[in-house]
Order: sequence, then structure tokens, then C-alpha cells
Amino acid sequence: MARWRYHSSSKQTRAVPRIEPRIAILSALIALVLAVVTVRLYYLQIIRHKEFIELADRNRIRIHRLPALRGLVFDVHHRPLVDTRPSFDAVIVPEDVRNLKQTVARLEGFLSQDNIASKLTQAEDEGRPPFDPVTVEEHLGWQQVVSLETHQLQLPGVSLEVMPQRHYIYGPLAAHLLGYVGEVAEGDLRHANDYRMGDEIGKFGLERVFEGALRGQAGGQEIEVDSVGRKLKLLREIPEIPGRSVVLSIDLDVQQAAEKAMGKNSGALVALDPNTGFIIAMVSRPAFDPNIFANGITSVQWRTLTTDPQHPLANRSIQGTYPPGSTFKLIDAIAGMQDRTLSPETSYYCPGGLYYGNREYHCWRKQGHGTVSVHRAIVGSCDVFFYQVGIHLGIDRLAQWAHMLGMGEKSGIELDNERPGVMPSSLWKQKRFGQRWYPAETLSVAIGQGYVAATPLQMALVAAEIANGGTRYKPQFVKEAEALDGSVVKNFPPIIERRIPFNPTVLDIVRSAMCDVVNGVGGTGHAAHLDNIDVCGKTGTSQVVKEAGNARIAEDKEPMKYRDHGWFVAYAPRDHPKIAIACVIEHGGHGGSSAGPVVHDVMQKFFELYPPPGIKPAGSGTGAPQAAPSRTPEGHPAGSIVERGD
Amino acid sequence: MALDRRLVYHFDWTLFVMTLGLGGIGLLSVLSASWGGPRHALDPLVVRQLVWIGVGTTLMAAAAIFDYRALATYAYPLYVVTVGLLAAVMVAGHVTGGSRRWLNLGVLRLEPSEVAKIALVLVMVRYLREEPPRGGWSFRQMIIPGLLLGVPLGLVLKQPDLGTGIVLALVTATLIFVSGLNGRVLLVAMLAGALAAPAGWHYLKPYQKQRLVSFINPQSDPLGAGYHIIQSEIAIGAGGAWGKGFLKGTQARLNFLPEQTTDFIFAVFAEEFGFAGSILLIALYAGIIARGIWIARHARDRFGQLLAVGLTAIVFWQVAINVGMASGVLPVVGIPLPLVSYGGSSLIAMMAAMGVMISINMRRYLF
Repeated sequence: MARWRYHSSSKQTRAVPRIEPRIAILSALIALVLAVVTVRLYYLQIIRHKEFIELADRNRIRIHRLPALRGLVFDVHHRPLVDTRPSFDAVIVPEDVRNLKQTVARLEGFLSQDNIASKLTQAEDEGRPPFDPVTVEEHLGWQQVVSLETHQLQLPGVSLEVMPQRHYIYGPLAAHLLGYVGEVAEGDLRHANDYRMGDEIGKFGLERVFEGALRGQAGGQEIEVDSVGRKLKLLREIPEIPGRSVVLSIDLDVQQAAEKAMGKNSGALVALDPNTGFIIAMVSRPAFDPNIFANGITSVQWRTLTTDPQHPLANRSIQGTYPPGSTFKLIDAIAGMQDRTLSPETSYYCPGGLYYGNREYHCWRKQGHGTVSVHRAIVGSCDVFFYQVGIHLGIDRLAQWAHMLGMGEKSGIELDNERPGVMPSSLWKQKRFGQRWYPAETLSVAIGQGYVAATPLQMALVAAEIANGGTRYKPQFVKEAEALDGSVVKNFPPIIERRIPFNPTVLDIVRSAMCDVVNGVGGTGHAAHLDNIDVCGKTGTSQVVKEAGNARIAEDKEPMKYRDHGWFVAYAPRDHPKIAIACVIEHGGHGGSSAGPVVHDVMQKFFELYPPPGIKPAGSGTGAPQAAPSRTPEGHPAGSIVERGD
Repeated sequence: MALDRRLVYHFDWTLFVMTLGLGGIGLLSVLSASWGGPRHALDPLVVRQLVWIGVGTTLMAAAAIFDYRALATYAYPLYVVTVGLLAAVMVAGHVTGGSRRWLNLGVLRLEPSEVAKIALVLVMVRYLREEPPRGGWSFRQMIIPGLLLGVPLGLVLKQPDLGTGIVLALVTATLIFVSGLNGRVLLVAMLAGALAAPAGWHYLKPYQKQRLVSFINPQSDPLGAGYHIIQSEIAIGAGGAWGKGFLKGTQARLNFLPEQTTDFIFAVFAEEFGFAGSILLIALYAGIIARGIWIARHARDRFGQLLAVGLTAIVFWQVAINVGMASGVLPVVGIPLPLVSYGGSSLIAMMAAMGVMISINMRRYLF
């Protein structure tokens, strides 16, 4: 200590040489640090400026989405089937409430609810700021809305929020075709990036398939917020584009008649225009009410629907595959005659059964049909005759014609989950089971049993092809998409998938036989008879237990489940057909007595509304639309029909 | 004390104007950071800052007139008082944001750690003004400066105020180095410091550790500790070349920036005045620092030289750490941007320090 104290003196030296170089070093260090800071600022403010300005905007701008009004759904005469109605939610802004406890207590009283306080606590726990509105009750009833409105003054901070809600005006009517909407699922969000949590999305049926048209485009507000998310001002508004409305080919009156005629039966019905392929009515039973989805379906309701052994959510008209039973004989007859293994004069003797191989194959009529030609065989639905046709034709030639008529393939209707059914062939069996085809199996197929399975839509198309002379249309149910002001945005012309090379003579024979099924002596389909219009049809009864290929139904144990399915396929009138129908009644027994009357009722309603020229409607035209547009092919100018090249 | 005409002649107007210029930038930035829109009343913060600039200017003038050599006499008493104040903070301090930093003195709230920076420089310079022996200060001779630093440093870290603690240590180190530390001791000290750094981790508070982690990877906790760094970088970067314009910075106005009137005031300024403004600000600091070094080199006595170095070092280290922190090159520690950040204690202390520098400069031709 003493040594360096020695240097200290009261006299300050003028120069302090040791300090200078150290100050120089310090200066260099300072210059370096300031240079680094400057470079850093250059990097942030010049080089990465764009990136940061975007981040700053993202910080301060919140996009508040305004979902577009979903398009409406009309029937063919522009009567609304689905619309959107206001639904009211009760909303609390905690910050605006002066006495939270009191307000919540009052609100719980008005709404007869006791969980509002807990909902608010939950929102608080999630870290929602107090200026963020909390929805405490959704889909208020009218009484609740009125109650809140009249007590507005006692409920500061409570308001009603109007939300659009999908409304299916006729409840379960055509539910499987119209489908339903629901909140977008997390899985959908991943591949549809213009959807947000809480958005409505079509989940099933038309609502799902035409989602793109119906939904429109959400608008939005750009709102400036501060760091805690408080809204400060509106920066920009993008108006939403309302969804397109769609005009269906469904006729509400015919659909209602079909729904009524189906009664409490399980099954399905498809009615379409054989000249265009447009669906006039489509029923699947049991049905469901799509409104329960719009109300926010509860888990109990969902479980009930999905676990119901009757599968009410399945659209049986395109998803239900049934052995077509005797309706398949129309295909046998066409295939046999087209293939010339069967001539109009060919007769076989039916003693009530046939021995083939080492087994007897019964005819449904134990006493037999005697000697029958193809006409009588169709009218009387003789099994033995068509066993013979099948034996002579062979499975593969039969399958070739059946495929041409659309068996075993999806029709291409724009609905999800359509099933192709089954039209077996030797190749099919080899692929499916690795076994060769046994000729005896052809006998089952010939009477629409065994492996063969068809959807009601497929059978309706078969009837339409016979009716229109062999034109295979793509079945459609949307005629037009229109904008909010009613202007047509898109027209859906009929689409021809292919033309089936029918021999006109063959068709005439089949058609006249179908006419006698309904109107002739010994016909099995008299139930569908109309007084002034020639209905042509074919009954079918498909066995569920023994020979049914459908294992699911066969395994059911209840006696009702063993009963046969009843089929009826038909078109009318005989000349210039306007409608083709296929109907299946599950476990309805004989088709003529179960499905026949249903088809009768639908036909009757249809011709009441659209009487063919020169024929007076049988009943009084109640409920007929004011302007019934023509359903004839003339209604669609030839040029507007789309034909698909094969 | 009669004022010598030569003194007025040698008054350092450059330093004075640069100091007031930074004070003006600070006032604008505080106004901007507290701006609520044209219809809102002016935030009292702005008025207070203006008053403090007035008080600071007066004190700066007084300090300029006052002969700095007399400060050597007051160095130890001032040091003792400051340490006393720091100790008082421990007992009766006002808590903000988890730290005990303020003394409530009725009319004003004093932050003793701001005064401590100046007091420590004074006492350090008072001690180091003795010329070092041949070869420079030995390790043993540094025990007393170490203790002089250690007492206020310990008290400041206890608050906890890591930022001020770092500044105290860096300023002391700068003074010891410039005043002539032995080269070998310097090397050993640097090595020891490097080795001790990991051990120091142990003594950090969890939030301080979190800040360091966030500094290395801000995205590790973008809504928590990394938030400050990210939002500050966004504000600075969004300023671009020319800035968004006065009162138009959204990051500050919408409260995305933390501590926007104090520790992060640089980000407020940089967002509104861009790279051009930032460069101007850095240039003003560089000017003050360069002036300080010029004064140190031209001061008449070793006391004046070291005092100028010490006061300049306070400015430099605070600017470097504050801007480095705001722009994301240094971890977040709470340090005001000298002369710009809101806060009476810091502003007045810094302006007084500038007055002392002017005083040193004025008197280089005297005696």
C-alpha cells in the first residue's frame, strides 16, 4: 500500500501517459459495439422490415368472420324445402355487468337454467378477457326470447345474438336426400382451410354434396385490437357472398304422397323421370328429422340414431342393396331375347318346379303355370320359365346385359355412399371367392336371388330404360342453382350415360307383358292399377333367409326379419312414359300387395298433377301447383341434353 | 463563486445541446408510448417528464458551474448516503413488478440505484486518481475498489435489479482498466470471470434464468418470457427505413410492447422513426460518448480524466445494453435508455452527470 501511496501527491501531473492508450482501446471497443448495434438495426429495420410489418399487422388486426347466408333449397315448383331461420343465443359481456351475481341469478330465472354461473366461471378459467362475450345459452325458445327482451333493463350486459339456423320445413321429408348440416369437424378443418371452428358444414346428402354452392363465401371484418384483444376500430369490411339456392327436381306433392304411402314401413322408393333421369321423389324409411342436427344434436340423440338397428341415417334408396327377386325377370327376358337364346314364341312347361342337377327348384306357384311363353311368364312371374332362360343363357351373358342395364354399378347420382349392389358373373365369383361358377347358381340369379343385389335406384333406372327405349340417364336431383335474386347461375341438363342397343321388338314384348302384370288377367301387380292410365310394372318378392346373399339380414333372429322383401318396379303411362318408380318394402311379403299399393298412390298423385294429354285426372286436382311445367322431353331442348360418349 | 468569463467562453454547448436533444427525443417517445388518441388528455407521465427535463437542465447548469474537483471531497459522503438509501430501499422500498426499487419520499419517488451509478463512479475515481505503480494496479490494490463496488452491487442485486448491477460492475471494470490495471491481473480477472459465469447461473432468480433461455430461443415461450423480445423486435423491424411516423406506431399504442415508456422506449422510437431515426439516436449517443472521451483526454487532472471516463462509461454501457436488449442481441435486463427513458431519478442523475462533464471541459484551461 505504502509503495503506491508514495506516488500520490497534491500536485497533479499535467500528463498522465498511461491513461491515453487505454482510452484508445476503450474507444475502439465502444466503436465496435455501436457498429454491431447499427448493423443489427439495419438487419431488423431494412432487411427484415417486410416480415416484421406483417407481424405487427397480425398482432393488431383480428379477422371477425361473418358467415354467409346458406342457400335455400326449393322443390321443382320453387316451393321452399329448406331455409334458414334466426336462432337466438343469450350472451353475457362480463365487463358490462354491474352486479354479476344478481344478473346471473335473474338470467337463470328467466331462462329456467341453473348452469349459467358455471359457464361464466369456465370462460374465466379459459382466460377469456371480460370484454369477450360469453354465450350462456343457445337456441332459445320464443318464450325465453320474449322474456329476455322484456326484462332487458334488469339485465345489463346481457344481449341476444342472432345466429342463422338451418331449418328443414317438412322435418323428415326427403331427409336422406336433403341431408343435414353440422358444426365442422376437426378432421374436415385440416383439408378445408377456409373453414373455422364453429362453422356450419354440410354433413350428409344434398347439404354435403352441394356444400360448395350452398355455403357461399364468408365475409369478414378487419378489426384493430390492442394487446389484450379489446376491439378498437373497424379497419375494413369484406361483404359476405350468400350461398346459391338450389332448385331440386323433387316435387313436394309427389314426395309427400310417397312419404305418406310408405307409412310406417321400412324400405325405400325412388321415382324419376325416364326422359331426363331427374328424381321426382326419393324416400328412405325409417327416416330422421334433420332439424335435430341444426339445433346442435345432443350426444344422446346421436347415439340413438347411430345405434338404432334399423339404421335410420342410411339412405336405403342408394345404400340399401336387396335381392331384386322377380323384378329381375325383366332383365332375364331382355337378355334372353336380345341374345336370341329365347324367342317370343319359346314356351316352357311349368309343373310347379324344376329338377336341375340333383335338386328341385320350386316355382312360387305350387300348382305350376302350365306351358307359358315369355309374355305369360312375366305376367304370372313364372320361376320355372326363367330358370330355363337362365340355363340356356348362362351366367356371363346374363350378367353382360344386366351390367348394360346398370346392375352391379353405381348410378353416379351425386350423393355419398351409393352402393353398387352385386351382379355376379363367373369372373366375379372367381375373384371374390376363388371358386368356379356352378351352373345351378344361375337358377338363383335368374329369379333375382343368390348373389344378385340391387338398390331401389338401380331398379328404378331399369324401369326407366325399358320405358324410354334404352337411354341410360345419370340420375340427378338438382335442376338449377340460382343466386339470391333468383337469377339462374347454373343449369343442370340431363346427362345421357349411354344408349343400350335394345331391339325394339324385344322391348315391345317386355312392355306389353309389364302392362298385363298390372292390368291383365292373372297379373301379379293389380294393386298398382289406375283407372285411366296404363301402368306397366313388375312385382318382386325377395327371400330373406334361405337364398338371400345378404348375410346381415339373414342373421337377424326375429320372425319379422324372416319375412320377404316386397318389390315393385313400374312406369307409366304405357305410351310416352312420364314416371318410373321402384319401391321396396322390407319384410313386406309379396311385392304386389306391399309395394304395389305404394306405387299406386304415388302414380295416382303424379298423374293428378300432370295428367297426360287427353286424359282427365281421376281425382280432383287438390294441391296441384298453379303452373305445372311440362315433364316431357320437350321441356328440355334437345341441344341441352348432355350425352356421354362411351 | 464568481463566474470566470473564460468559463462561459468554454461552456460545452455541443454536449449541452446533444443532451437536451436526447431529452427531447425521450419526451416525444414518452408522449408516443402513452398516447391515447387526440381526444384523450395528455398522460401525466409526459408532463412529469417535461418537469424533470427542466429540473435536470437546471441541475446540469449548476453542475457545470460547480468546480468538479470539489466532488472528490464529497465522494465518500455521497457514497455512504447512497448506500444508506439502497439499504433503506431494502427495508421500506416500494415494490413494482416484483422488485423493490423505489423510495417513496412524499413528493417524489426516488430510485437510489440511479444515483448509485454516479456515486460509485465518484468514489471509484476518488480512489483511482492516485497513479498506479509501475506495471499497473496489482490484485491486492483492487481489494478496496472491489469492496466499494461490492456493497452497492449486493444491495442492488438484492432488489433484484440485475440491470443496474451489471452497469455498476461494467463501469467499475472500465475505470479500473483505464486507470491502469496490471495486464496480467486483467487477463486472470477475465479468465476467472469466464469461468465464474456458469456458477453465476446458480444465483439467478427463475425469471432471470427464463429471460436468458428466451434470449437464446425467443420462440421457446413466445407468450411468456420470449414475448418481450419478439414484440420489441417486431416494433423495431416494422419501423423500416423511415418509420411509421410520430404517434403512428401500433406496437406501442396498442400496448404490445412491455415497459414501453422505460426499458423498451427504444422500440417505440424505432417503430415511429425507423432506421433513420435510430441512426440519429445512436449518432447522438456516439456524439456524447465521443465528446466524453475527448473531455477525458483533454482534462487537466487525472481525477477529471477518470471522472469523464466513468460518466461516459455509464452512458455507453446503458445504451449498449438497452438497445442490444430491445433489438434482441442481448438478454432482457431492466436498464433505462439514458436521457430518453421515462423516470425522474435516471433523467436527473444523467443530466447532472452531463453537467459534471461540461464542468470538466470548461476547466481544462484553468489553473
